Amino acid sequence: MCLAIPGKIKSIELQYDGQVRMAKINFGGITKEASLEMLPAANIGDYVLVHVGVAISMVDEEEAQKTFKYLKEIGELGDLVDVDDYLPKKED
Amino acid sequence: MKYMNEYRDPELAKQYLAEIKKTVTQNWSIMEVCGGQTHSLVKNGIIEMLPKKVTMIHGPGCPVCVTPLHLIDKAIYLALQKEVILCSFGDMLRVPGSEKNLLEAKAEGGDVRILYSPLEAVIIAENNPDKEVVFFAVGFETTAPANALSVIHAKRKGLKNYSILASHVLVPPAIKCVMEDPESHIDGFLAAGHVCTIMGNYEYYPLVEKYKTPIVVTGFEPLDVLQGILMVVRQLEQKKAKVENQYARIVREEGNVEAQKIIYEVFEIVDRLWRGMEVIPMSGYQVKEKYADFDATKKFQIDIEEAEENKDCIAGEIMKGIKKPFECPEFGKQCKPTNPLGAPMVSTEGACAAYFHYSGLAEY
Ligand code: SF4
Repeated sequence: MCLAIPGKIKSIELQYDGQVRMAKINFGGITKEASLEMLPAANIGDYVLVHVGVAISMVDEEEAQKTFKYLKEIGELGDLVDVDDYLPKKED
Repeated sequence: MKYMNEYRDPELAKQYLAEIKKTVTQNWSIMEVCGGQTHSLVKNGIIEMLPKKVTMIHGPGCPVCVTPLHLIDKAIYLALQKEVILCSFGDMLRVPGSEKNLLEAKAEGGDVRILYSPLEAVIIAENNPDKEVVFFAVGFETTAPANALSVIHAKRKGLKNYSILASHVLVPPAIKCVMEDPESHIDGFLAAGHVCTIMGNYEYYPLVEKYKTPIVVTGFEPLDVLQGILMVVRQLEQKKAKVENQYARIVREEGNVEAQKIIYEVFEIVDRLWRGMEVIPMSGYQVKEKYADFDATKKFQIDIEEAEENKDCIAGEIMKGIKKPFECPEFGKQCKPTNPLGAPMVSTEGACAAYFHYSGLAEY
């Protein structure tokens, strides 16, 4: 029900008599439409989180890596983790 | 998929588990508030892999599960009206009403349609001017902006035949309710990442102050949940209680301000009954008077009596974390996903259904 998934904005067009920015968003190969009304700053190429047809947040690339670095940061397991293996790849 | 699959890496998951094991010295009970997290924990077998000292308690965080019986009955009543097209998210269809569910209403001839987004319902209303289109607007704070937006779209288009049956619940009051219940003993919380995506983290600071309980805003993939658990456990072991954000790639401190504006344009906060629990003060949204024309409860005369809950179902205790699904005498016996007695067996995010499908505790 509260499922929301990240996808990449492929294109943006104005709909609803030019009042609403609607985006075509690519989710690992599947394209769906979503409203960008709640993300005025979102642009083509951005990754956004989409929930029931509405984009609700932009993915922060830098923050996205912290889950992979966290163990290293807290110190103890550092040597075991080769962070680069886990960082998101450049393209999907 | 980028920003999803990386957070399912089994090797790193193992390292997180090892770190949790290393950190824990005492018994801790941690509640994951959101059903999406329950689903992730059970489906990925994380519950069994956690050290014995860490007990995950499944919270009330499934909006489908807490939608009150009389609202389900109202939706069914509306679905059976000739002029109505009732639109809903798929997970609501099997939720038992007092006599039937929406799927059965559909089989009886009701025009019930499953949609991915409430915005689609507005388009259906536009294309069917001689029908009344009602969207069953269920959800937490996450879904509220989309549901509110549908009303705004309908108003902009000048539609007179669109309304929503709103069943919106809010997470922070539910955490409060759980903490005040003398039977539940929760040491820390994983807060629902997608709720905070909209509302931000502000509401959790007073809760942490008051109950001295760590709250970590957490995502939904296995590594997210494991990191969230580790962050809670580290705080507990260090005798700290603060708000932390594991899910900062998505959740901003202030949430999504645009989305909040849209919510408060259409909705106001009211006391609200949670199915299986009780009326929780200031814990839900209702449509503002200004948008009364789009409020199905005001638009339609719905004359039905309030029915009683099935007495065999202990959903309330499950949702407050007092009991586990397998402690319910009906679990897997009278009550299965194909024949649910209570809502937590219906939605895949309900604790009972999650256990039924994934934990191997029920016989198929
Ligand atoms: S197993 Fe079924 S009857 Fe028991 S609490 Fe869960 S939903 Fe209710």
